[in-house]
Amino acid sequence: MTETVAAKPIPVTVLTGYLGAGKTTLLNRILSESHGKKYAVIVNEFGEIGIDNDLIVESDEEIYEMNNGCVCCTVRGDLIRVVEGLMRRPGRFDGIIVETTGLADPVPVAQTFFMDDDVRAKTELDAVVALVDAKHLPLRLKDSREAEDQIAFADVVVINKTDLVSPEELAIIEDVVRAINPAARVYKTSRSGVDLARVLDQGAFNLERALENDPHFLDHDHEDHVCGPDCDHDHHHHGHDHHHHDHAHDHDHHHHDHDHHHEHGAMSPIHDVTVKSISLRGGEMNPERFFPWIQKITQAEGPNILRLKGIIAFKGDEERYVVQGVHMIVEGDHQRPWKDGEKRESRLVFIGRDLDFDKIEKSFLACQAVTTAA
Amino acid sequence: MPTVAPLDLEGHVVAAHFLGDIPFFATAAGTIHRLDGGDKVTEAHQGLLTCIRDPHSASLLTGGEDGKILRIGADGSATLVAEAPRKWINVVAGGPQNAVAYAYGKSTFVKLADGTTKEFTEERSVEGLAFASKGMRVAAARYNGVTLHWVGTNGAPVDLEWKGAHTGVTFSPDGRFLVTMMQENALHGWKLDGKPGENRHMRMTGYPAKVKSLSWSPKGKWLASSGAPAAIVWPFSSKDGPMGKAPQELGTRANIMVTQVAFHPAEEVLAIGFIDGMILGVRLADGKEALLRRPGKGAISGMNWSANGKLIAFGSEAGDCGVIDISA
Repeated sequence: MTETVAAKPIPVTVLTGYLGAGKTTLLNRILSESHGKKYAVIVNEFGEIGIDNDLIVESDEEIYEMNNGCVCCTVRGDLIRVVEGLMRRPGRFDGIIVETTGLADPVPVAQTFFMDDDVRAKTELDAVVALVDAKHLPLRLKDSREAEDQIAFADVVVINKTDLVSPEELAIIEDVVRAINPAARVYKTSRSGVDLARVLDQGAFNLERALENDPHFLDHDHEDHVCGPDCDHDHHHHGHDHHHHDHAHDHDHHHHDHDHHHEHGAMSPIHDVTVKSISLRGGEMNPERFFPWIQKITQAEGPNILRLKGIIAFKGDEERYVVQGVHMIVEGDHQRPWKDGEKRESRLVFIGRDLDFDKIEKSFLACQAVTTAA
Repeated sequence: MPTVAPLDLEGHVVAAHFLGDIPFFATAAGTIHRLDGGDKVTEAHQGLLTCIRDPHSASLLTGGEDGKILRIGADGSATLVAEAPRKWINVVAGGPQNAVAYAYGKSTFVKLADGTTKEFTEERSVEGLAFASKGMRVAAARYNGVTLHWVGTNGAPVDLEWKGAHTGVTFSPDGRFLVTMMQENALHGWKLDGKPGENRHMRMTGYPAKVKSLSWSPKGKWLASSGAPAAIVWPFSSKDGPMGKAPQELGTRANIMVTQVAFHPAEEVLAIGFIDGMILGVRLADGKEALLRRPGKGAISGMNWSANGKLIAFGSEAGDCGVIDISA
């Protein structure tokens, strides 16, 4: 319409993690290291960020329920105001980072970037990054649901303070993280030393980029899904991974004789975990069945669904269709043509609580196009 | 045919006002431009978030990212009213006797002419402020409603409840009604002089977008609003306000949203600014439209009339500003 309206949306990274998980250290690195980009940072309190920078904004967490009768449709009112203010002078920064308090629910933060039209027009949620304190995670999971939600909701999980635990303890922590969220990219580090390129500018919510960047998306049988190049625990990395897969992710016995994969939420080695995930795998789908189905399931189960992500193959459709959701919000779009020789199958992961996985799986498989029936 | 004197500024323009016949333009960067025989610039804020015309004096009130609240005089001078280091001041309001209200977090502050400051706290963040037209009374919009505080006395605050986030507030000129803008695409109104037990609520819904601009007609018979591809104008002349009545839709354009509305100071004529920079003048009586400015570079983000009703100052998100002379 006009040149101002067409401006490129500014990426927003949401940084979650319990008090002491290392968020401030990571923020200080983002603000002080020379990576050629400038970030506006929205924090709850200036606290220990020892950097004087007029792009650090203090904002009181203010959660608003939308007046549409949906209890999970919440947004952060304060973020709407601050983002609106920041976006009036967009030339000052390349991205926005929202730091949440330790106990914060990441969902209203993320939903702000989908549900508020003005915010959505000018920004784009890039990724939700959760920092986890390797030493204290088991205690946190006992204490609160928020710690679990933060991991479940994340696109990237950084297991921090690995130098404070033994290799065996770290292996358990990784298993827990994977059990809560099999779709996230996981990195291990100490002193928040993760490569910033693994945290910023991920495009995790961008339907075109999200799944392209991560060839292993939704797969559970690959080694490099865990741990980054900056991991300083390589000496036990390999051995650990074997343990990891055997323990939590080798669910081949769940394979049914027709072509789908079903996982009843990997068992966590630590009790107190209430979030589960289900990975569904099916053949080509009938769009006339699939769309009403995903609509219905997200309407009915929205409050229990933290995240959903998937790639859908539609019968007679030359392009991959990607979907993702947060509670009741579902987005989908064509991504790219199927490549020659690429298996046309549909894959979908739900992460949530109290979900009836058998029912979801059966109804998902019922959306398959008839000719592919086993 | 109206003439337009353009003024091109750098970046987003937050507001355009008149003090006397002098147009003022406030930029998001923090400068205030005064067209008084040339472009005179006041470096007011390190980042400006709000700029309003004080209805009680010939001055502007501003709030910024630098935590400052300033009063800008007709000569362009900036006087510090108050300062809250590291807080963003999104909302200010001007009251009688040079009182200035501002808010951050869950508190409203009213700085009085004698230098004292009163603080009123809410349970949730304050998003909008307005002084009543009579008496030293301030309304604070917040989540789930509005709270009215008497500033000078210890009178108990009055809570007006309505579920949802209220992001802005205005009193009708006669003080009988209070209207809020909401996070969802709606306005909500309260009849303040209602009898006990009478329905005091007014729901004004159906907008395709959030309402960000409101303007009362000179005698308060109409309330114009943005948030639709036409100016939505609600009737407030009867004792029950717009309850049970449909609004007028003025200046309708297919898909082009209205972003600013401003009533003429004396006539029932509405200036309507659009997202593409166009400005129309529309007479309420017959809906007759006049093109006042062709589309420009960005959405109209600030627009007001001079007191004599001959000039309109406007600014846009892209910085293309100007003054329309409708008497030419």
